[in-house]
Amino acid sequence: MADQALDGAASRPLLSLRNVNMTFGGVKALKNVSFEVLPGEVHCLAGENGSGKSTLIKVITGVYKPEAGAVIDYDGQSYSHMSPVTAQASGIQVIWQDLALFPEMTVAENIAFQTVIGRWPRLVNYAEMRRVAINALQRLGVTFDVDLALHHFPIAQRQIVAIARALVGEAKLVFMDEPTASLTQSETDYLLDIVRNLSASGVAVVFVSHRLAEVLEISSRVTVLRDGALVGVYPTKGLTQSRITELMTGKTFDYSVLHRDLSRSPVMLEVKGLSRPGEFDDVSLTVRRGETLGITGLLGAGRTELALTLFGMRKPKSGSVVLDGKPVRFGSNRDAIAAGVAYLSEDRLSLGLIQPQAIADNMVIASLDKILSGGFISSERKRSLVNRWIRDLGVRIGKQDDAISTLSGGNQQRVAIAKWLATDPKLLILDAPTVGVDVGARAGIFDIVSKLADSGLAIILISDEVPEVYFNADRVLHMAQGRIVGEFTPGATTLQAIEEAVYA
Amino acid sequence: MTALIERVRNALGPELAGPFAAFVAVMIVFGFAAPNFLSRATFGSVAFQLPELGLLTLAMLLPILTGGLNLAITFTANMAGLTLAWVLQSQGGVDAGIGAFVLGSVLAIAVGALSGLIMGLVIAYTKAHPILVSLSMMIFLRGLGEFLTRGGDVSGIPGFLAPIGYGSIFGIPVPLLIFIACVLIWHVLLTRMKLGFNTYMIGSNIEATRYSGINTRKVQVLVYTLSGAMCAVAGIIMLARFNSVRVGHGESYLLITVLACFLGGVNPFGGFGRVIPVFVALVVLQLLSSGLNLMGANQHLATAVWGILMITVMILRWLAGRLKFLNTNRG
Repeated sequence: MADQALDGAASRPLLSLRNVNMTFGGVKALKNVSFEVLPGEVHCLAGENGSGKSTLIKVITGVYKPEAGAVIDYDGQSYSHMSPVTAQASGIQVIWQDLALFPEMTVAENIAFQTVIGRWPRLVNYAEMRRVAINALQRLGVTFDVDLALHHFPIAQRQIVAIARALVGEAKLVFMDEPTASLTQSETDYLLDIVRNLSASGVAVVFVSHRLAEVLEISSRVTVLRDGALVGVYPTKGLTQSRITELMTGKTFDYSVLHRDLSRSPVMLEVKGLSRPGEFDDVSLTVRRGETLGITGLLGAGRTELALTLFGMRKPKSGSVVLDGKPVRFGSNRDAIAAGVAYLSEDRLSLGLIQPQAIADNMVIASLDKILSGGFISSERKRSLVNRWIRDLGVRIGKQDDAISTLSGGNQQRVAIAKWLATDPKLLILDAPTVGVDVGARAGIFDIVSKLADSGLAIILISDEVPEVYFNADRVLHMAQGRIVGEFTPGATTLQAIEEAVYA
Repeated sequence: MTALIERVRNALGPELAGPFAAFVAVMIVFGFAAPNFLSRATFGSVAFQLPELGLLTLAMLLPILTGGLNLAITFTANMAGLTLAWVLQSQGGVDAGIGAFVLGSVLAIAVGALSGLIMGLVIAYTKAHPILVSLSMMIFLRGLGEFLTRGGDVSGIPGFLAPIGYGSIFGIPVPLLIFIACVLIWHVLLTRMKLGFNTYMIGSNIEATRYSGINTRKVQVLVYTLSGAMCAVAGIIMLARFNSVRVGHGESYLLITVLACFLGGVNPFGGFGRVIPVFVALVVLQLLSSGLNLMGANQHLATAVWGILMITVMILRWLAGRLKFLNTNRG
């Protein structure tokens, strides 16, 4: 049962909030929210961006003071609001997404530095720091070389160092904000094991994650927030991913596979035996006009490298590429764009869009020649091009000249798609187009993708989330260690079978 | 008052509001403090002194917008001036003709552009930091120039060059006209041309710009080449004004050009900044030193006041930012 860890006396809540209200600049960020965590449970806090998750965590940790009337019962004491000092002193710890660690310092220093701060004598007792650190790691069931600088460790291990540091602070309640966002599947599994150990040792964990599969795997209960209000608290057993999505967004989604007959559609892209040593090997594939080809596989399978090669940013060692009937060999991505290939980067923040610059400039950057008039940039042409794409793709913006960083993830991604559509592509490669995009806004992105395919564009959709390619691609290729190891047709093969093949 | 500031800001654009406010402040303060400040003489001296610093600032502006820097500007100007002086000397010195001047100017601009081209190529292909690359170029040019001139002046300039340094057309000094023409060229380049657009994009995020299909190397090479060519224009004006060239002329302008860019609202990390506010900032700096001069202050004190002005501007910007932050959080 979901409540198996909670029998007996332990079922009195460790933390219980009632009547929590927060207003920022006239916007109600939290509306009468209540929230409860039992000792030692793994509790998941789910909701889209802007649903109030972070605000709620900040109320509990004392960063924000809720409006009058709020009641916070924690560990047998009642508060009208928390302060950061009380929260920390009474064992509430938060592990933020950026971890707030010191990469140049050793593991021991990172874990135990708080124990030596502000104590007399003002000398650092390294032996004690090591002992404290090793002790904390043992409680998590791991052994690290605590004398090694942290930057030698991969991100998953750093996450564990951050958890260990929280334990040193005598944590009773640990909040984890998107802890798996940058982890691979196996790293995630490792981290989830650690979370289980933590919970077994009596520490309650509140888990915030976009990845619903993990939520279902790790937590015993789920609290769902939407638009700052509580939707409900649900035992995890009996929930499904699509049910959580519905609760988070308040919408029902139609999960059905595509059934487009493309057998008579002409081939747009034909790749034969494409190889780049160390990245991918002997890749052959075809994409027809109007077809969406899904490519899935774990991180490091060579998906992005393959895409960058098709986009002319890397040169293949061997193999051939035929685009729209003509053999092509690109010297740079400029050649690829001119030939009709567009590539939406997986890394929207640092490669896909130029964050500080204007929405309009980001939209026209790849198609500047189209807005020239007599060799000069025509602001009228620019404005009309931008207006057209904003309308066609339903981008919600304030002003065209606002920085792109002011937009939500979903709207940013629409701008990025518009930027490439403005180049009149024949082949559009979408690399992880929903990373950092809310569940509700994802459907909007895929609506656009589906319309583009219907208009005759050939699309390659790359994603490490199998359901995403399953429901949005006509065919799915499974890539592993640089090779295409399987081809599936959604509908003919079940989602579960593909997931088992990919995540095995 | 707030409404007035808001209107000025809307009319001039956010970057121009600061320099324009400084301009108004300088005019008012010196208008009261120095009775002869608002006179033809003041503006005459500003108009003749502005172009040298101004042209070098334009040369500094483009690399800063890409997130780089060109520390070789003053010595590039010197080398270009030397090139022109040598061509004139070889064609008869004070008796050289117009043809020699045209040839010399073309070669001078070519030398300036070449210095920029080399820096641009090194920065674009080796990804070395622009500060290091341009510092190396600066030291190279200084050493080369001092070696070739034995540390002395090169003079013997024909008389018809004097109007370029001191003449006026319709009452407007010729160097100022040349400077304003260059300001307009830079303005059009940055607001209306592909190169200008890409310059801003590179300044914010060069990798994302490359992923968008922009030839970022070409943009960097062109930016430094144009910067070098603009130094050469400054070098030619300096030659006409001093009637001679010496390696090291105008060296003290180097860091002032950087400050003038920041005073004009240019983002020190690149990506943002416009020519016109920088122009206004330059006028403010010159007015300030002319005003202090009129009041009998020492020339060195004027430089010190420039420093204080810059620090004040930084603090005011911070305060303005905080005010905006508080307002948005309250309302």
